[in-house]
Amino acid sequence: MERETDKMKRADLKPFLYLLPAFVFLGIFMVYPLFDVLIYSLEEGYNSASQTFHGVGLYNYRYVLRDPYFLSALQNTFILVIITVPVSTGLSLLISLGLNSIQKFRDFLQTVFFLPYVTNTLAVGLVFMILFKKTPYSDGFVNLIIQFFGGRSVDFIEGPYWAKMTVICLYTIWIVMPFKILILTSALASVDPMLYKAAQIDGTSRLRMFFRITLPMISPMIFYLIITGFIGAFKAYSDVVAIFGVNLNAAGMNTIVGYIYDMLYGDSGGYPSFASAAALILFVIVLTITVINLMVSRRNSSSLKGGSYE
Amino acid sequence: MKIVLDNLTKRFPNRNRKIGGEVTAVDHFNVEIPDGELVGLLGPSGCGKSTVLNMICGLEKPTEGRVFFGEEDVTDLSPENRGVGMVFQSYALYPHMTVRENIRFPLENRKGKDRLSKEEMEEKVMEAAKLVQIDQLMDRKPAEMSGGQQQRVAIARALVKRPGVLLLDEPLSNLDARLRLATREEIRRIQTETGITTVFVTHDQEEAMSISDHIILMKEGVRHQVGKPQDVYDDPVNLFVAQFLGTPAINVFQGEVKNEELFIGKDRVLDVPGAGDGDVFVGIRPEGAALQADGPFALKLDHVEVLGRDTIVVASHPSFQGENVRLIIPSEQREEVSDTPRFVLKPRGVHLFDAKTQERIRYGKGNR
Amino acid sequence: MSEMKKYTASQAEEKRKAGIRRAVTGFFLALWAVIVLFPFYWMVLTSLKSYSSYNSEYIPKLYTLSPTLQNYRDAFTAVPLGQYFLNTLIFTVITTALMLVVTVLAAYAFARLKFPGKNVLFTLFLALMMIPTELVIITNFVTITDWNLRNTFPGLILPSVASVFYIYLLKENFEQVPEDLYLAAKVDGTSDMRYLFRVMIPICRPTIVTITILKIIECWNAYVWPRLITDNQAYFLVSNGIQEIRENGFGRENIPAMMAAVVVISAPLIVLFLIFRKRIMEGVSRGGTKGA
Repeated sequence: MERETDKMKRADLKPFLYLLPAFVFLGIFMVYPLFDVLIYSLEEGYNSASQTFHGVGLYNYRYVLRDPYFLSALQNTFILVIITVPVSTGLSLLISLGLNSIQKFRDFLQTVFFLPYVTNTLAVGLVFMILFKKTPYSDGFVNLIIQFFGGRSVDFIEGPYWAKMTVICLYTIWIVMPFKILILTSALASVDPMLYKAAQIDGTSRLRMFFRITLPMISPMIFYLIITGFIGAFKAYSDVVAIFGVNLNAAGMNTIVGYIYDMLYGDSGGYPSFASAAALILFVIVLTITVINLMVSRRNSSSLKGGSYE
Repeated sequence: MKIVLDNLTKRFPNRNRKIGGEVTAVDHFNVEIPDGELVGLLGPSGCGKSTVLNMICGLEKPTEGRVFFGEEDVTDLSPENRGVGMVFQSYALYPHMTVRENIRFPLENRKGKDRLSKEEMEEKVMEAAKLVQIDQLMDRKPAEMSGGQQQRVAIARALVKRPGVLLLDEPLSNLDARLRLATREEIRRIQTETGITTVFVTHDQEEAMSISDHIILMKEGVRHQVGKPQDVYDDPVNLFVAQFLGTPAINVFQGEVKNEELFIGKDRVLDVPGAGDGDVFVGIRPEGAALQADGPFALKLDHVEVLGRDTIVVASHPSFQGENVRLIIPSEQREEVSDTPRFVLKPRGVHLFDAKTQERIRYGKGNR
Repeated sequence: MSEMKKYTASQAEEKRKAGIRRAVTGFFLALWAVIVLFPFYWMVLTSLKSYSSYNSEYIPKLYTLSPTLQNYRDAFTAVPLGQYFLNTLIFTVITTALMLVVTVLAAYAFARLKFPGKNVLFTLFLALMMIPTELVIITNFVTITDWNLRNTFPGLILPSVASVFYIYLLKENFEQVPEDLYLAAKVDGTSDMRYLFRVMIPICRPTIVTITILKIIECWNAYVWPRLITDNQAYFLVSNGIQEIRENGFGRENIPAMMAAVVVISAPLIVLFLIFRKRIMEGVSRGGTKGA
């Protein structure tokens, strides 16, 4: 009898044993930090050597929001987001439409277009930097092309702000395109071809087919890409480091995430409180934009209600 | 509008690239569909009937041959210039649009002076919706409707621009059995009301026979027979047509004609005046034989199936091509069925086919 | 008759338009292919040029007639590229293996085992997917530092093990295995663990392979966490290695040698991708996002 209940107890506990490893890892490295970062951000004057602080309040947030480095990082990140998200989404839609309209080479091109996804951001970033860089030996490949078309060469890596912004936008777009092309090509392929045939019989022009059938049918995926695109671009860091090196403040090209890491570590580091405050500000920005995006897409997709096939 | 298909041929490159070459889906297809009729294009799946339909509406270009609507050659016209309405097998309704928007869609494509005002469009949309009796569901989305309702929307969308020709691809195949009966009556009614020349494709002979003015039988891209359903049933030109029409199917035996007499096995079963000597296939319709104690044609009984008014005798015979012979007798004769029932054959329900060409061999007066 | 002519004319017009459309489409697709492939071509090309010939080309040549492997030798001798490689390999293998164990067990518990509060727990669990790395990395940095695990493999590996997304992906797949199989196995007296290894894992192998490959890619490209937690070159991964090479290695201007290092670092993933192309693309389209 006693044995029986013992067995029962063990059966009850067993599922938790299966979950234990995941809970330990996630608890220590995800859940606990979540609360901890909030506490850090409120501890004023935290000293990482002595692990002491002398007050609780919003000072860290005030400091970060007044820090010119943070404001410049904020500006850089916003420009990056506003340029790369629409451009990469639009461009990948065009490319996916093109891919879907051809038969020959389609598999080959899909493979090629996906390549940037599986490359090391830092490594290929170095190649981009060299292609754009102006050195005493050579103006760099891109500048030579600009000169060929009659333009004046620019130092993209250490030159004017807009030139640097151009490089980083181009590289970010190059990096994020594979994912978007992949998602959009499969979304386009999943539209029932019969719909186009029906529309063709009714004399629908190609443009109208695109705006009245294709676009509404794939709009949930486009919204998904815009949301993930926003989140990804707001967290830009590795690709910027790849082009401009670790000292992003010196290059004037820091991003919000870059600012967080700088506060944490390196020559300017040792301020986990400031880093935490900046991280939470980033989180709030991303959350706000995601919620706005979701609200817009809800409104749009309410007109899509019942849009799925049974 | 009259539809004429003149030597219509469609060849596709072989799908399996390793084999290469071409597949002929439709082979020199000739047919004339009279104005205002409902015509069933009937054949086993993969016989090319959908390809014929696609060439009529212009979604596919024929490799050879012409398509005429009335006197006009429309072979080179794109679908939108042909004035056809089409209902697809899957209905192809736009899932993100309401019923109203779906039906209105074809009208919105018109440009310039052909463009209708909003009120005119709405009027036409409602007219089409009323015709198919879905005017109560105008603001639903396709996913919120039953299969039968979706089909009505698809028909309304095809009819709203007043096409000269209406084409339906397997219109009933996605419906359950109960809805099928109702829907085919509905298609007949709509066609009669509008008088639009209508062609529908099906692999279900019962469906085609029940509502068509004419049926066209095809197999492997070739037209086999065209005619009124009853005429084709009574007077098939070859073994394929005879076998494809009718439930239960025609019973086919190996037989031989000697001196204008038909033998199945050793039994001399029927006089066939005018038929030449040689091996034949004998097709006996289930209703083409009558139970008679001293009849010339003996079978071995397997069992009987009771249908109520009629009874089916399920039996076997060494010369039979297939599993079981099925013959229909009136139920009051059921008690007379012995273990070796004997039948007398009725010439009207017995067809002979050349053993080699499978073409029909005509004989006597009873079997024209 | 004139009607007819009009139609045939529009037919020809239509054909011409379709031709132009095809040409334009082909051109732009080819252009994008060039833009994607060019950096790869450039790095391979440059890595084969000798230092002197590279620096003497004011206008870089798009080909080389005297390829040399000297740069590759430099890459492995002048900087500890071999060491970076080995570190990354150790990091990738251990992290991926641990991730698999944790993921399979948790996914199995959520998918098949019955226990009270499962649904609430799983919902909380899914909520974790929304938490950005940036938010938790600060505390993790402090935790690992406090544990004295900076510049060690455990310090690199431990925070990278658990992934909510992969558990979710595998749980969905596990649930597709019919429950009847589980009941049948129970009737036959099969233990849960045995059932997991003998039935669930073999059936769901494709998904397990997919998450393994995605994790490998993730590990190979890891940069931010290793950068925070290592400042000793002996523990650098390839991403940090390449950054180090860029800042200090080879003397700043030996670009051909840098490119050789870049080629060596990029090659393994590209080979892996070409082998598992279908799997990877399918896995990514099911919801993977770069760096997430």
